[in-house]
Amino acid sequence: MVDVRTDFEGDSCLITISGEVDASSSIYLDEALEKAMNSDIVRILVNCNHLNYISSAGLGVFMSYIQELEAKGKRMVLYRMSDRVYKVFEILGLHQLLTIVKTEEQAKKESNEL
Amino acid sequence: MVKLRIHKNVIRLSLFLGIISWIGLVTTDIFIQFAQSHNVPSGFKSEFTYIFLTLFLVSVAVYYRFITGQAERINFIDLLWRVFATGLFATIISLAIYLFYELLGQGSLASKSLLRSFFFHIRLGLFAAFILSTFMVWKQLILYQKTKRLILLWQIFEYSLLASIIFVFFPGRGDWATLAIILIPLLLLGLILSINLKWIAYLDFRQKWKSISIMLAIAIFIIFYIQQLLYQITVLEDSERLRGFILNPFIIATTGFVLIYSIFSLLVIIFNLPTSSVFEQKLEEIINFQRLSQSSQSEYNTSQIYNILLESAAKAVIADAGWIEVTHNGNPRLLTKSITQDQVDNFKKRLQANTDQPEIIDPLHRPRLQRQDFEQRQRRYRLLSLPEYRSVLWVPLVVKNTIVGNLVLVKEVSDGFNKEMISIITTFASQASISVENFQLMNETLVNERYQEELKIANRVHRSLLPDKPIANDAFDISAFSESADQVGGDYYDQYQIDDHKFIIIIGDVSGKGTSAAFNMSQMKGVFHSLAQLDLPPDKFLAYANSALGRCMEKTSFITASFFVVNTQTRTLSFARAGHTPTLYYSDKTKQACYLETKGLGLGIIRNDKFDQYIEVSEKHYQRGDIILLYTDGITEATNEENEEFGYDRLKEVITNNANESSGVLQKKLIEELYKFCNHRPLYDDYTALIMKFT
Repeated sequence: MVDVRTDFEGDSCLITISGEVDASSSIYLDEALEKAMNSDIVRILVNCNHLNYISSAGLGVFMSYIQELEAKGKRMVLYRMSDRVYKVFEILGLHQLLTIVKTEEQAKKESNEL
Repeated sequence: MVKLRIHKNVIRLSLFLGIISWIGLVTTDIFIQFAQSHNVPSGFKSEFTYIFLTLFLVSVAVYYRFITGQAERINFIDLLWRVFATGLFATIISLAIYLFYELLGQGSLASKSLLRSFFFHIRLGLFAAFILSTFMVWKQLILYQKTKRLILLWQIFEYSLLASIIFVFFPGRGDWATLAIILIPLLLLGLILSINLKWIAYLDFRQKWKSISIMLAIAIFIIFYIQQLLYQITVLEDSERLRGFILNPFIIATTGFVLIYSIFSLLVIIFNLPTSSVFEQKLEEIINFQRLSQSSQSEYNTSQIYNILLESAAKAVIADAGWIEVTHNGNPRLLTKSITQDQVDNFKKRLQANTDQPEIIDPLHRPRLQRQDFEQRQRRYRLLSLPEYRSVLWVPLVVKNTIVGNLVLVKEVSDGFNKEMISIITTFASQASISVENFQLMNETLVNERYQEELKIANRVHRSLLPDKPIANDAFDISAFSESADQVGGDYYDQYQIDDHKFIIIIGDVSGKGTSAAFNMSQMKGVFHSLAQLDLPPDKFLAYANSALGRCMEKTSFITASFFVVNTQTRTLSFARAGHTPTLYYSDKTKQACYLETKGLGLGIIRNDKFDQYIEVSEKHYQRGDIILLYTDGITEATNEENEEFGYDRLKEVITNNANESSGVLQKKLIEELYKFCNHRPLYDDYTALIMKFT
């Protein structure tokens, strides 16, 4: 199961994912991202500190927003991801398309570089 | 069959014996009488006549015993009719004899005592037949719903009666006191048996009236006969001799018993007449209840179930009108009885306005349920009142814990629904609800079964999408296996031979699993076989595949793949990775295995021409004994009970440790290790592996 929390803080949207994102729970992640995409906010920060596992369906959710981010001129940064989860992104090649950083500070810095 | 034949023979034999013995009785008796009147010794003793009489009575008894069907199989009224017919026939004959004498008056023929005796014997024979046939029918009625005790009692009665026949051979036969000693216990026993009148309860109103008239007629016939026979043996001159035939405990006791039972039945039926409608109604309620409970199993559908409910409920409480309002699949439906739809709408409006009325009424649970539980209250019935219909019973219909509608019954009289009626209606309503629920569950099961069947077909089709046997070649051997977590999955592998020395191998994994993954997997197969013929280098191949698949997959779907071109002439591998788990390569020379972690990106992730920049092609020379293992993440991500993944290291270890084996053995070892690790738990993801060993 997964718990996805969305907080709007000033000009950025903070999404915190905890637990496991699989085929059935990936819709919660999709809902959160869609909400952020449809808001006026341009900076989306995704805290992956408590993300233990992500299946291909979960990766598909992130993937599906890549082109939309670009088109809408928004920036999404994923941070504090465990090595194991990062490896999954890396094998698929998504690390080349998404911004994934280690710390929150880095994430904030990255998100400002529009 | 044998039993039936014996049965038939007994009937024939007894009939024959009966006729013979009756003729014997008549001839000997008349002979004796003739001899007496002419004062010559006849040579016959009166015992002869008694022997014939006994034989006659026994034969008639046996005949009727076997000819009378059992009440369980035959209708009571049919049985009674038969007795009536016998009685009528006997009475008409007897009446004809009576009229014969009346018409003759004091003529010379009338005084002929021989003729008188002959007529007496005709009457006696017919009377015996009538009484014994009635006796056997009464036996069936008494033994209806018999108990062991009752059967025993009856047998004692029947055999004692039969035994009493021999009384005629004893010297005390003319003695009234001796006769009384034998008769009293027999009649008492008959009296006790006569209280067994259970069959009457099973007659309906019309049958009861028929039975009353038949019983009355039978009683009259018997009394008429007794009167006729008594007249003959008391008034007429040769009465002394004839009395011996009649005053025989068997005949008296049988006649007495038959008459007692007729009168008992008559009275009981008369007293049962007023309650018969209640009994019939109860019986009908049971039958309706059964129909309701069985309706889910047969061809009935929900609206038929509701129809049965409305019909039986209205009948059970003798309602003047009623209706059922249900919502089925979102459509409101109205079933009415003796009322129009407009009237129902009209009542509903007023009933709603009326719901403030104090809701008194639950004599069964009034004290406990107060206002706390609204749900609970909703499920209960209500009694309301309207000017036209002063009693309105409203019962909700609850299916799967939701109210789907209600049953309303109305009566013109006030206080028309008593406690019993309410309880039968609520029982009917809940039984109907259960039937509807069962019916729906059964339908769901059927639909599910069809889906299962469809999935089985899908599974067969899915299997056929994977190659059924690996390419046979001198340069390498291949083994592959694929298992899906569901009936169908998204894992894919394939092979294609371009020319004598060039082969292409692919493994793919569609994101997600189950049906949607399987559809994309079949698209992948189409793309592979189209592009394979073009003899493309790996990067071009994947770029075309990306472009083709990007157009037809949904936004969140992607496919990962590893693509290999094997050239057995130059002994080289040319390969690229599209986001797929890195291929494991075992080198025989170094005895080491490593993962080929080249740059790559899944197919369908970016759907424009920038895809090529994320793909790189690698070349590798292979040696004899080298192994490549292509696999999907279902293997590396397989977990055990501690939620630990099988992982890359274990996979590498399995291959390194068994590197000397053929690809087939390697595959077996890999599956073994994987299952051992997972402790044979069911799969969570699809997994596929393709092992290729060079020779």
